[in-house]
Amino acid sequence: MTAFTINGRAVDLAAAPDTPLLWVIREHLKLTGTKFGCGIAQCGACTVHVDGEPTRSCVTLLQDVAGMEVTTIEGLSQDASHPLQQAWIAEQVPQCGYCQSGQIMQAAALLKSNPNPTRDQIVEYMDGNICRCGTYVRIISAIQRAAREA
Amino acid sequence: MTQRLQLHTRALSRRSFLITVCATGIAVAFGGLLQDASGASMAPAVEGGYRPNAWLTIAADGTLTIMSPASEMGQGIMTTLPLLIAEDMDADWHKVRVVQAPSDAEKYGNPGFYGVQLTGGSESTRGYYGMLRLVGAQTRKIILASAADMLNVPVSELTTVPNRVVHARSGRSLDYGEVAAVGTLPDPLPQATDADLKPSDQWRYIGKLTIPRVDIPSKVDGTAIFGIDVQLPDMLYGAVLRAPVQGEQPETINDTEARTVPGITHIVPLPYGVGIIGETVEATRQAKDLLDVTWTTSSRIRNYNSDRLLEAYRSVGRDLAQTGVSAATEADAQAAISKAATVIEVDYMSDHVHHATMEPMNATALVMGDTVEVWAPTQGPTGTQGFAAEVAGTTPDKVKVNTTLLGGGFGRKAEADFIIDAVSLAKAVQGRPVKVIWSREDDVRHGKYRPLEAQHVQVGLDADGNIVGWRHRIVADSIFARTMPQLFESEGGHDSVVTEGAHFNYAVPAHQIEYIRQDNGLDIGFWFAVGVGYTRFGIECVIDEIATAKGVDPVALRLELLKDQPRARKVVETVAQMAEWDRQRDGRALGVAYSDAFGSHCAEIAEVSLDRETGEIRVHTVWCAVDPGIAVQPRNIEALMITGITGGASHALFEQINIVDGEVQESNFDTYRVMRMSEAPDIQVTVIPTPENPIGGIGQVGLPPIGPAIANAVARLTGGVRLRHYPFLPERVLKALNA
Repeated sequence: MTAFTINGRAVDLAAAPDTPLLWVIREHLKLTGTKFGCGIAQCGACTVHVDGEPTRSCVTLLQDVAGMEVTTIEGLSQDASHPLQQAWIAEQVPQCGYCQSGQIMQAAALLKSNPNPTRDQIVEYMDGNICRCGTYVRIISAIQRAAREA
Repeated sequence: MTQRLQLHTRALSRRSFLITVCATGIAVAFGGLLQDASGASMAPAVEGGYRPNAWLTIAADGTLTIMSPASEMGQGIMTTLPLLIAEDMDADWHKVRVVQAPSDAEKYGNPGFYGVQLTGGSESTRGYYGMLRLVGAQTRKIILASAADMLNVPVSELTTVPNRVVHARSGRSLDYGEVAAVGTLPDPLPQATDADLKPSDQWRYIGKLTIPRVDIPSKVDGTAIFGIDVQLPDMLYGAVLRAPVQGEQPETINDTEARTVPGITHIVPLPYGVGIIGETVEATRQAKDLLDVTWTTSSRIRNYNSDRLLEAYRSVGRDLAQTGVSAATEADAQAAISKAATVIEVDYMSDHVHHATMEPMNATALVMGDTVEVWAPTQGPTGTQGFAAEVAGTTPDKVKVNTTLLGGGFGRKAEADFIIDAVSLAKAVQGRPVKVIWSREDDVRHGKYRPLEAQHVQVGLDADGNIVGWRHRIVADSIFARTMPQLFESEGGHDSVVTEGAHFNYAVPAHQIEYIRQDNGLDIGFWFAVGVGYTRFGIECVIDEIATAKGVDPVALRLELLKDQPRARKVVETVAQMAEWDRQRDGRALGVAYSDAFGSHCAEIAEVSLDRETGEIRVHTVWCAVDPGIAVQPRNIEALMITGITGGASHALFEQINIVDGEVQESNFDTYRVMRMSEAPDIQVTVIPTPENPIGGIGQVGLPPIGPAIANAVARLTGGVRLRHYPFLPERVLKALNA
């Protein structure tokens, strides 16, 4: 059994300790907002926070988060009220939307460590998150808006 | 064309305007329930007794549940199509709930696209537009008739404001919800004609910048449900080990080790691989790696080497003795070219590219006897019914398809291979749903790539540099030969989607387009903008080559060749102003390209720089002007231009699938490079609506001009170095620089 906290809730799971955290979150806990994109930490679609740090859940094992605090997109806010979520709506960022949970989680970690990032700092921090719909320009605008309005 | 016209006529028959007991649409997401002050949302269908037609239900509280018949893959169609109904029925958009329509081509097929539910070709808004506006107008007339009955007044004395019927003379009014709660549907139903449509100056929703997309709230909080997110009671998971080379089959299967993985329930031999079923997704992935399979070695695809084939295609293009089928002929281009003062003769080529949708292929199926239910991120619910029925040994009417949101489509999810996986495995377990999820590696290695293609272009110029003849030879395999064999045959072996875009609106006195089909057996498919993505690469670069030969400005030459076409000129002029075309840049250059494909006019200018040591191209800024005729959602059109430009720049600079002895060499985002944020240009878009013109397609419009705009910019930056092979890899750029 592996115990950890997810979105403030304590869980204790019987899944094999070497199960990728991604599948634990998505298919065992049914929190499907976190996405499978590549499985090798190349695209960022599976980004969650582990003890506050942005983490690629596809290459993180269940045993790696024992006793730790995991936050997924579902736990970022109770009611989509996080400034980034509001900015994402205001800028109409998502198209297909599949990568956007990971984008928002990555951006949330950025703003936590750097509340007023420059454009270059945003681009550098977000470069590991692929958006195949190419919404990059609107993602940058939304992060700038959230920083401004937070 | 004949076929499309017939389908159009059929769809506009009375069937849409009869009362039908409509199946309650499936809810594709549970987000959007947050009452968002900005407009309609996506939600489960609201039950209600008042159903004027198959497209909507009105509840007693005035909530309007409207069906969205097309697949939402990021293009915003779940907002666009319901909005058309809402406009003419005078709905309050805040009261609208959108649900995904069930698979039912009779009711929800696209009248402009074969009458089926298939989202592609930039055909959804164009195809449904006329019908859905009439549905809205008819719905309003039905509501008015019911209200007239309730108020006991002549219908001619009634008008509407959003969601409310007003009787001005008595000062009484009824909310649509009150009509729905108490009113009865008139018999017979009033019919609607174009005369009942709201004039464009009275539009509340069409063309407005303030209408947000209904799907977006669910895409920022994790509640949006894509195919891969489907969860069902008792669900099993499936994985498929696919033959490494297309067309091979498993010969021997040793599953001893795979069966030791806890939770594995079935190993299922398939004609093209081996299926694994288990209680957890991780078990199926682990077991897949432990399978020991030998494969047949008889597939002709083992001879497929993309590098060598492309060279061969190029030779075919240059060898004028090899003739194909005519795609279009306007006067005798060959004769004109033979008498020309100057002949420009060049080859343009492009490698295979992959869709790489962010959501890998997946589907969930449940088979019970002769009935099948599928949950899938599919562009083609109607086709899915057919393929699933074939696999399950039943008929398409016994197959229910629940179309989820799509995490990207770009043509890949119009295919059925992932559907066939799910139904094949679900058939093996009967009575329990099976969700099959592909690995990214399988997604990349088993794609339906854009065709490998070479184009040979010959243009004859007279002594003044005027074009006298244009000959365009396109050498590629066929997509339709596999996907639409009857259409391919009926067009005499011309694949009109492979040559799409070769026909242009520039004024040339003689134009000849030929298709020389190659048959090498690889399954190739519909990739974002399909043929237009490469035909316009050749055409728009050649236009610049002509400008150079003639010593004229490339923008001026385009304006000259488009002189009788004000809409085309307007987008070219606008984009030139946006980019300050005449301003010199230090170390950078601009390149322009234009396209009239998909019924819309689009011009783009790219500002690029080049590292001459490494051969790396950097695209800094792209300006885009687009005239789609009626612009239903201008802000979303801007977003789709951004998608086309980023995706188009990505494929022009980086994307490439290499096939060696039938095996795909790339496997994931580490080897199949797509554009990242640090490489993406800044993008400025101007939408120029011309609502007096027919509605144009929009989904793919932004892509075709960007590649040639980049190549043309590089040529202007380097004193004429031409890049004629997609993608512009650094080594190719260096080779061109040093040639």
